[in-house]
This record gives sequence, structure tokens and C-alpha cells, in this order.
Amino acid sequence: MIDVRKSVAALAVAVSVGGLMGAIAAPAGAQTIKAVMHSDVKILDPIWTTAYIQRNFGYMVWDTLFAMDEKFDVKPQMVDKYDVSADKLTWSFTLRDGLVWSDGKPVTSDDCIASIKRWAARDSMGQKMLGSVAGFEKVDDKTFKMKMKEPYGLVLQSLGKPSSNVPFMMPKQTAETDPNTQIKVEDVIGSGPFLFIAKEWKPGEKVVFTKNPAYKPRAEPASGLAGGKVVKVDRVEWIAMPDSQTQIAALQNGEIDMIEQPSTDLLPLLAKDKNVKLVEFNPLGNQYVMRFNQIQKPFDNAKIRHAVMVAFGQEDFLKATIGDSKYYKVCKAVFICGTPLASEEGMADVLNQNAAKAKELLKEAGYDGTPIVLLQSTDLQVLTNLAPVAKSQLEAAGFKVDMQSSDWQSVVARRVKKDAPDKGGWNLMLTSWVAADILNPVMAGFFNASCDKAMFGWPCDEQIEKMRDGYAKESDPAKQKQIAIDLQKYWVDHPTHVILGQWYQPAVLRTSLDGMMVAPAPVFWNMTKK
Amino acid sequence: MLDFIARRLIAIVPVLGVVAVFVFLMLRLTPGDPAAVIAGDNATSDQIAMIREKLGLTLPIWQQFGIWMGDILQGNFGESYFFKKTVAELIAQRIEPTLALAVCTLVVALSAAIPLGVIAAYKQGSILDRFVMGLSVLGFSVPSFVIGYCLIYVFAIELGWLPVQGYIRIGVDFWGFLERMVLPSTTLGVIYIALVARITRASVLEVLNEDYIRTARAKGLSNRVVLMRHALRNAAVPILTVIGIGIALLMGGAVVTESVFGLPGLGRLTVEAVLSRDFPTIQTVILLFSVVYVVVNLLIDISYTLFDPRIRY
Repeated sequence: MIDVRKSVAALAVAVSVGGLMGAIAAPAGAQTIKAVMHSDVKILDPIWTTAYIQRNFGYMVWDTLFAMDEKFDVKPQMVDKYDVSADKLTWSFTLRDGLVWSDGKPVTSDDCIASIKRWAARDSMGQKMLGSVAGFEKVDDKTFKMKMKEPYGLVLQSLGKPSSNVPFMMPKQTAETDPNTQIKVEDVIGSGPFLFIAKEWKPGEKVVFTKNPAYKPRAEPASGLAGGKVVKVDRVEWIAMPDSQTQIAALQNGEIDMIEQPSTDLLPLLAKDKNVKLVEFNPLGNQYVMRFNQIQKPFDNAKIRHAVMVAFGQEDFLKATIGDSKYYKVCKAVFICGTPLASEEGMADVLNQNAAKAKELLKEAGYDGTPIVLLQSTDLQVLTNLAPVAKSQLEAAGFKVDMQSSDWQSVVARRVKKDAPDKGGWNLMLTSWVAADILNPVMAGFFNASCDKAMFGWPCDEQIEKMRDGYAKESDPAKQKQIAIDLQKYWVDHPTHVILGQWYQPAVLRTSLDGMMVAPAPVFWNMTKK
Repeated sequence: MLDFIARRLIAIVPVLGVVAVFVFLMLRLTPGDPAAVIAGDNATSDQIAMIREKLGLTLPIWQQFGIWMGDILQGNFGESYFFKKTVAELIAQRIEPTLALAVCTLVVALSAAIPLGVIAAYKQGSILDRFVMGLSVLGFSVPSFVIGYCLIYVFAIELGWLPVQGYIRIGVDFWGFLERMVLPSTTLGVIYIALVARITRASVLEVLNEDYIRTARAKGLSNRVVLMRHALRNAAVPILTVIGIGIALLMGGAVVTESVFGLPGLGRLTVEAVLSRDFPTIQTVILLFSVVYVVVNLLIDISYTLFDPRIRY
């Protein structure tokens, strides 16, 4: 027989204890921003993976030596002062006073040297830089030197790289983790503006950050990812909520404050709601691209790749995927419209959807009518409609196209296969880059043409590599720009991919939130909540 | 009885063996590469190959299967490729919302479906009967996510009575927990109500035509006693059977319902694991679902004896 009185008493105790626990978990009156990010945080190591959610996580808890501001200038962040020797072979960096890790230990030169080495082992821009580095030298706990084998023009751009992989500084013992092994939860010790609260991290539910009381912001006003990272709220929670409709309902109901990437279909609905606002925090946006597999016929032939560029027009792709012209831009500048390297030189005769000319080029190039395997991903709304438009424009130019549909993860798995297209390989795939990842020839992964070492598609072009090296070693911005333009002109005839236009993804915030930074990644310093 | 239970428990082993082989092969033979997912968009082929090797995915399939089975027999369900936590830990973290959803759904569904089914049978052919059966058809036909969105719109957005999403653990805030369970369990309960109400109606109707019901009425027993003590008890076996079978519906429905209402349960874990090709997690969760399904149906079989003394094992 169940004793009802005992059960009720037990329940009452449980509820009281529960209430107490709730009170401990969320301090009364704390200013908390609840945000739904584009993905749940599963991995905590932003060096080990290039996924953007880990980059965003990194900006919360770690800091960088340099950072890019709103005008694309690289500014010191953890670094107080730096200089380069007259022969450009020795870079010297001195850390700011008062930088400490979340375990209370000071940030030292040893930490930074180990962090740069680990990052450079994973990141393509880091690898390029490290190729020119002769060695590091610790001067004292706050100063270290990087000695170069030869002058290298992208030192600051590399250390201030804004997007994946970002060179975050970590404690030496964490940074000495094998670059191919993830760091552990207990190694998430940062010197950034927020603290990661590991005990409240529930994968699939939420990630919790609190203001780092020991963080010492720079005195300059915040600008882009640079300047003073002043945290104006007590706590930030990233809530995992996969369903886009539910996200909107929760925002309208005041249960969350922000959605990083609302579904583009729902933007008109949100624009009408006076309690929320759309914020274009990343004005550079994203770039759609189509990648060639250059180790398979027919795209091993540069003329045929060029014909595709002639056959394509960007507007159809953008209309089919984004729809509202407020959120897209036809742009022929390969290094992104509105940036220092933006140029449309050499692009006049391509991307005009000229099917007749493309047909002629195909004939000259000797395309034999072999069907082309075009991969379509069907589960990511921002990508799904690209492939049907590509198929239509390719067919208009005389290509035979076999469009094969699957979920995005299957595309991701298939695109790294080097097999023949009819044996599980591929010819063409479509994707999108965050513009901040492709601002120059070294940073832009699809320009890496180093054969087997290149990204999937494996372009092999000595001339492109020579120009990328030239860009990396040049330190005069005007000369760098000329190299980028020359590369663009060469690339039009020897394309590694085709650019299909830029698109923009506003975040949606309740009107009670303010101060969101204009930056390539969503960051939470400077934000206030009424 | 004990002999029956022992036999049924032993029978779970080959069932799980078949499920294990099937799930393992299905995951390996369908497209998708966890290493490519883990590495991210900017990774080179070498980086992906390195991760694949670290995960043991370059070994022959039979060897991978052998390692997995060996680990399972030692009680080690492996480590998630993504979360860097053991799968057992992940399941322990996620099981409470799913269990809570299942229990609340059963409570909501059975407390609505059985009275509705009994009344529909008792008032056969009446407007009430047609209304209940009409609702039942609707419950079967409308996908649960549509029901979920409609409930959210009415009760959360328009009326503001309930939260849209989220989960609060029962030990943290009991009323907060209940508030957040109402809409998901009603959403998931609709199809269950439709199923159980129909079967209850059919079973009770069949029993109501039996001689012993006529006898009970002739003895002057009230309608309530005839229905509850004589009719419903004798109609219980098919109803229980459907409840047992419906557990599969519940588990399938939890995947959608947890996504719509942002519940961090096993259903969502399954979806996340499938989308990211987290093989150890998918394998273990499916094995767990199989065990739950088999055990629940064993319990249902045992419960027959409580309602029908003629059933003996």
C-alpha cells in the first residue's frame, strides 16, 4: 500500500529543492540574452574544425592577437605593441598588461607561440605563413618574436584572420594538444570576454556563457571584431532549437531574444512584427559558388570550365534561392563586392548567361556529350534550388546533366571522393562561402590549386599557386591588389570554381536588444538588453 | 508465468542481434562520412582522411562490427564522434525529456481515448459517436507537426497561456515542467487518442452484444457498472494490445514532437545523430528503442492476465 502522505511530502521536498536549484542556475535579475544560433554546439575546439558554430564559440571564450575591424583593417587585440624589422624578417609582439586565463593564470608568450603553432598546423592560411617562418623566440613572458625565412606580407592578416579557422590564443598546455585531436571540455580555458560554464552545457539543449569579470577590454571603441570587447549583459545562453517555425514563435512570444539565421522564407513575416527587428550584422554576406572536380573529365579541360562561366548568369540562382532582391546582390568580383580587393576586371565576357557563346566554346573544346554528375543537396533551404538552376543553364549551353539529389551530409561525404562520377564520384557541386573566408587569394580555399593538397575538386595549376605565393609575400597593399586582379583575370580562363552571386542573412532580434556589432561573425560583446 | 517471462526475455537476445546487424550495415552502406562532417567545409582531403583513420572507419566492416559488438558485450556503448562523451552519458542526459513526454502523452491519451471510445460505443450511431469517430479520422490524418504548430499559435502566441518550447527538469521546477509538457504531450497524444478511441469503441461494441451483458442488465445493474465493470474489462485485451503497438508510434512521434517543441530528448538526439552520421549514437539509440519496444510489449502480454483470468502462461 502506498503511503499517500509520505509521497506528497516527498514531492513537496523535491519541488522545493528543485526550485532552489533553479534559483542557483539563473540568478534573479541577471541580464540574460537567449539566442538561437544556426547550429548546436557539439565540438568545443575551433582549431580542430572549421565549422562556423565553433568559430562563434571561440569568439566568446578566447581572444586573438589581432582582429579585423569594420573597415577590414587589422588592429592589435591582445597585442599591445608590435613592430617589424627593417629587413622584414623579424616580427616582435608584446602582449597587453593584465591578460589572464579564466583559471587565473597570466597569458604568456609561451601560450601564444604554442597557439600559433597549433592553429597553423590546421589552417591553410596558417600553413602558408608557417612555411615562411624560421622560428619563434620568447623574449620574456609578455614579448615574443617570429623570425621569417623571407619577407611575408600576410603576417597581420593571418593572425587577424576573422573566420575559420581563427587563430585563437589558448593556454600552452591546451595548445600543445595534437592538432588532429580535439581539446577536452576541461581545457576550455579562455582569456576572452565570456566564460564558458561547462557544468551547464547540455548538448542539444543549451550552452551557457557568463561575463568574464577578469577580462580587460581595450580602450578603443568596439569595431568589427576589433576594439574594446565590453560585455554589457551578465549571461548569454545559446538555445538549441532546430525547427525554424518554432524559433519564430518563441521569439514572438518573448522566450528568446535573437535568432542568428532565421529562415529566409519567414523574413517578410518578421519584417511586419513591431516587436522584432532584422539586423544585417554581416554586410559582406555570403557567396554562392559551384566547384569543378578537375581530376575528372570533362572539367580537367580549362576551356570547358570557362564555357560554364560563360553559360551562367547569377541572377537566376539568387532569385531561386533567396528571392527578395533586398537580400542578394549580383557581383562579379571574386574577392567580394565592397572589399579592398573587389574588382570586376576581366569579368566582362563571363556570367552573362550567354548560352550561344558557351555552345561554341564547348564545340571548340571537344566536349563529347558525356553526362555530367551534378550534386544537389535537398535539406538545406539556402542551397536546394541552386542545382536545378545550374542544370537548366548547363543544358541550355549543350551539356548533358545528371543531377543527383541527396542530403547535405551525403554531398559532403561524396565531394571528397576521387572516384569516377559514375562510380560514386562527381563533376560539379554547389555550396556557399561566408564572405569573410574568401577576402584574398590565400584565404580563399577554392583558389588553392596545389593538386592533391588542395580542397576537394583538386585543381592543379602552377600559375595560380605562383600568384598566391606572390600575394602572400608582397606587403604593399597596392601591389597586392594588382596581383589579385591579375589572378582574377587568369582565373576567368582557368576557373577552379564559378561565383554565383552574394547573399545576405540578417539576424532577427527583439527590439529590447541593442548594440549588435557589424562583424563577419555574430558576437555578443557591446550588446545591451532593456 | 516465470517460465514465460524468462523465455520472452531470452528471445530479446536474437531480436537485438538482428537489429544490431541491420542498423550497423544500414549505416555503413548508406552514403555519408562522419569524418567529412566533423572536419567542416574548409577541410582538405588529408585532414578528412586523418579523422577517418582516427575514428576507425578505415578498418574492414566486419572488423568494425566485431569491435563494436565486443564493446557492447562489456557494457561499453562507445563514444559519440561529435560530443566526445560516451553514448551512455548522452542517453542518460537525454532520456528524461523523452520519458516525461511518453508518460504525459500516455496519461493525456488514455484519459481521453478510453472514455471517448466507451461513450461512442454506448451511444452507437448517435451524433456523439459520429463526432468522436470524425475526430479520430482527423487525428490519424493530420501530421503531428501541423497539430503542434496550431497548438503553439493558439495557446502560446494568441492566448499566451503556455510557453512555445523548451524543457525544465521535473526536479528543477515542477510547474514549469508541467507547463512545458502540455502542448507536446497533447500534440503527440492526438494520434494515440485516435487509435485507442477507435479500438476501444470497436471492442466495447463487440462486448456489448454478448449474452452476459444482457444478463447483467437484466439483473438491474446500472449502465455505469455494466459499462465499466463488465464491458470495458472484457474489451481490455485488444485495447492493451493496441497501446503496446502504439509505443512504436510514440517513439516515432517523439522525433517530430521533440523537434517542434525544442525538447532535448532522445528523439532529437536521434535526428542530430543521423544528420551528422554519428554512428555509435545512432546504433545505441536504436538498440535502446528496440529493447523498450520488446519490454513494453512483454509487460502488456503479462497485464492480459489481470484483465482476463482465462489467459494463463
